[in-house]
Amino acid sequence: MSQTHALSRRSFFTATAAIGGGLALGWSLPGGASTAAAQGAKGAEVGIWVVIQPDDTTIVRIARSEMGQGTLTGLAQLVADELDADWRFVRAEYVAPEVNLANKRAWGDMSTGGSRGIRASVDYVRKGGAAARAMLIEAASKQWGVPASECTAAISVITHKPTGRTLRYGQVAAEAAKLTVPTDVTVKTPAQWTLIGRGVKRLDTVEKLSGKQVFAIDVQLPDMLNASIMQCPVWGGKLKSFDADKIKSMPGVRHVLAVGDNAVAVVADKWYQANTALLALPVVWDEGKNGNVDSAQIAAFLKEGLDAKDAVLGQKQGDVVAGLAGAAKKVEAVYGTPFLNHATLEPMNCTAHFADGKVEIWVASQNGDASLAAAAEAAGVPLSAVKVNKLHLGGGFGRRGQQDYTRQAVLLAKQIPGRPIKLIWSREEDMHHGFNRPISQAKMTAGLDANGNVTALHARISGQSILAYLAPARMTNGVDPVAFQGWTPEEFGYMGIPNLLIDHAMRNTHVPVGFWRGVNHNQNAIYMECFIDELALAAGKDPLDFRRTLLANSPKHLAVLNAAAERAGWGTPLPAGVYRGLCQNCGFGSYTAAVAEVSVSKKGELRILRIVAATDPGYAVNPDQIAAQVEGSFVYGLSALLTSEITVEKGRAVQGNFDTYQVMRLAEMPKVETVLVPSGGFWGGVGEPTIAVAAPAVLNAIFAATGKRIRTLPLSHHDLSHA
Amino acid sequence: MVKLDINGKSREVDVDPETPLLWVLREWVGLTGTKYGCGVAQCGACTVLIDGVATRSCALPAGSVGAAKITTIEGLSPDGLSHPVQVAWLQHEVPQCGYCQSGQILATVSLLKEKPKPTDDEIAEAMTNICRCGTYQRIKAAIHTAAALSVPPSGKA
Ligand code: FES
Ligand code: FES
Repeated sequence: MSQTHALSRRSFFTATAAIGGGLALGWSLPGGASTAAAQGAKGAEVGIWVVIQPDDTTIVRIARSEMGQGTLTGLAQLVADELDADWRFVRAEYVAPEVNLANKRAWGDMSTGGSRGIRASVDYVRKGGAAARAMLIEAASKQWGVPASECTAAISVITHKPTGRTLRYGQVAAEAAKLTVPTDVTVKTPAQWTLIGRGVKRLDTVEKLSGKQVFAIDVQLPDMLNASIMQCPVWGGKLKSFDADKIKSMPGVRHVLAVGDNAVAVVADKWYQANTALLALPVVWDEGKNGNVDSAQIAAFLKEGLDAKDAVLGQKQGDVVAGLAGAAKKVEAVYGTPFLNHATLEPMNCTAHFADGKVEIWVASQNGDASLAAAAEAAGVPLSAVKVNKLHLGGGFGRRGQQDYTRQAVLLAKQIPGRPIKLIWSREEDMHHGFNRPISQAKMTAGLDANGNVTALHARISGQSILAYLAPARMTNGVDPVAFQGWTPEEFGYMGIPNLLIDHAMRNTHVPVGFWRGVNHNQNAIYMECFIDELALAAGKDPLDFRRTLLANSPKHLAVLNAAAERAGWGTPLPAGVYRGLCQNCGFGSYTAAVAEVSVSKKGELRILRIVAATDPGYAVNPDQIAAQVEGSFVYGLSALLTSEITVEKGRAVQGNFDTYQVMRLAEMPKVETVLVPSGGFWGGVGEPTIAVAAPAVLNAIFAATGKRIRTLPLSHHDLSHA
Repeated sequence: MVKLDINGKSREVDVDPETPLLWVLREWVGLTGTKYGCGVAQCGACTVLIDGVATRSCALPAGSVGAAKITTIEGLSPDGLSHPVQVAWLQHEVPQCGYCQSGQILATVSLLKEKPKPTDDEIAEAMTNICRCGTYQRIKAAIHTAAALSVPPSGKA
């Protein structure tokens, strides 16, 4: 894009020198920098996205973060396709946030969330690849003294068609790098793609098999000290005092320090020592006004919102009151879902070094730009005094978009200048201080006419707002649009319902909330898709037929639902004791649907046997990685369905580790069949949209099996036994 | 002082014997392939082999290991790629974020030593390590592949 190409060569080389200086403080990571996470590879820079070495090794620069979702590989595919690179030569490296900043964000947005990693980058990264290809061709044509128009490029080789002469990319890259980056490139049409749409192997697998992958938690630097932190267990509370003398003589302990106004940390030679001492540290907290809040109070607070007058509008059409009043049959149901922790397997951590008014950090972040800004602010230095080393994330799921741990590491490092400080949160700290998936309840009300057609639908959400907590500036007139995910006119498949009202009674608690993979689609899809099944039952119709009628004017929703239903054999006989449920949703620019097959024993033991999940992401960049995201989405979504919850007692989280915060393990994993139906013409996300269809499909199947309609999660609170 | 046999090398580590093996490996010996996930023997990220048996090192005092042989992910194969389980993992593209995978791989090695051709039920029973990215389906498939690739019992760990 123009901003990309506007980058002057001079500023680029300055920037590159800065990365090349690399670990500016003269350190290197253990085991050598991994291929994928290194910043500043050597070689000829052909435009800003591609570095080519003499042996044809082709390094694609990546601005977004890799947290397991495969974005690194997908983005490299987009660039390499336009470049016509031989995939065997392709590697990837991160763009350093400070380099991006110094170049007016030439590499675009670094934020990696909302399943936008690929879909929001497609235009400019592909143009970057196309520009590099044009430069390589031009360099070769100059060397041959022939018109560029007589040359073609494929699999990292340029061919002069009339004579059949060839040059490898590695042979002309140095000359190509001297050329002006063209701004008028056009990208390929889908029919011309060679790499997009292929399930090529991920670029980051090998290091993850040998222990060589350096995660942020693994960073080791000379003179480094380690810190463990404890924040006031009651959210919003403050640190009052601590008795450092009691632990000062414990092994390895160097410092006991306040961090901000709500936390205390022990800094020791080793993290194990720091954490052991921290657990023995006498601390007095000022718990503030929330020290007595519990889950029952929060539930009552939300329940009040189900009928409250202060709701804000999501969307409406027709007259829902009249529609309900005139209905032959009225159906009403109240649903609810709990707070949830992200529980990335790598706990929050960050290493920071403060010296001479400069800060360097090593961090796993979903947003390199935000990490840089947080570090600058915490250190009280200009943005230009910060250097960020991005490392692959041991899970993100939305949690690592927040920079609280980055800030804390820098606050500590500033108190101990000259020595790198690695701050690692214990699992307990991680679970007590998440940015939880917001709690909500929903009252669903609908009217059916005598023929079983839905004439009116009112969906009232009562619950916490993410934006009110994290980004009030992004709200308009007190409305948090994120609350309505899946139910906006663009996303909602059931717009054919003539009288429709969707509103939100905002009920904010003191519990921090945030973007939890799939965000509010997850809960909203449970409320809507289970309720649609309730309506189908009330109408005496098959859940698939009922949805087909409702989706008559939503062809993409309908197509993906049909794809799932057909593959699953909806309506065909099942073994005795096995039942099906289905659902659909649209979110993050993609359409998803699922069919679940379950059995529930008389005693109530649930087995999820098979899932068929269909996805239409428009264009599919890497089908195999999309399948991996779909499979993983069921683990994330079904964990939330089956067992996970954060409850509140005395103003704090009850669950502190995986013994009480239960997540799905391999034994519960159903067989997941991914049906990919890319219809073309748009780029949808794949990391999140499928989670929304995991729970409702299973809940609907459970109803089919037991006659029990489960309306609150997790399932572990319910008795599924049946006659 | 604790004496340990780690990946075939004898190491003397100046550490309180009560220190969990996980932290001795990560912080005193510098082998960071073994991960911290929970510290309470729940998640399996810290799995190592002790005389070939998968063991959660976060709940194991280093002083209790004695002369038993410790194998970490770094010691599984000379090139980090060629153990049949690693080969199978690569073939199925198991890892997403990768954080749990050292533990998953070593748990699998231990399982296959005991049951060279495990059934799905045996896999489900043995593989209790958490993967938050949700790679279980591929883990299952890769275990079957690894079983097929593995040389019968005379082979190495
Ligand atoms: S860290 Fe040892 S089992 Fe989780
Ligand atoms: S691959 Fe991320 S936790 Fe398993």
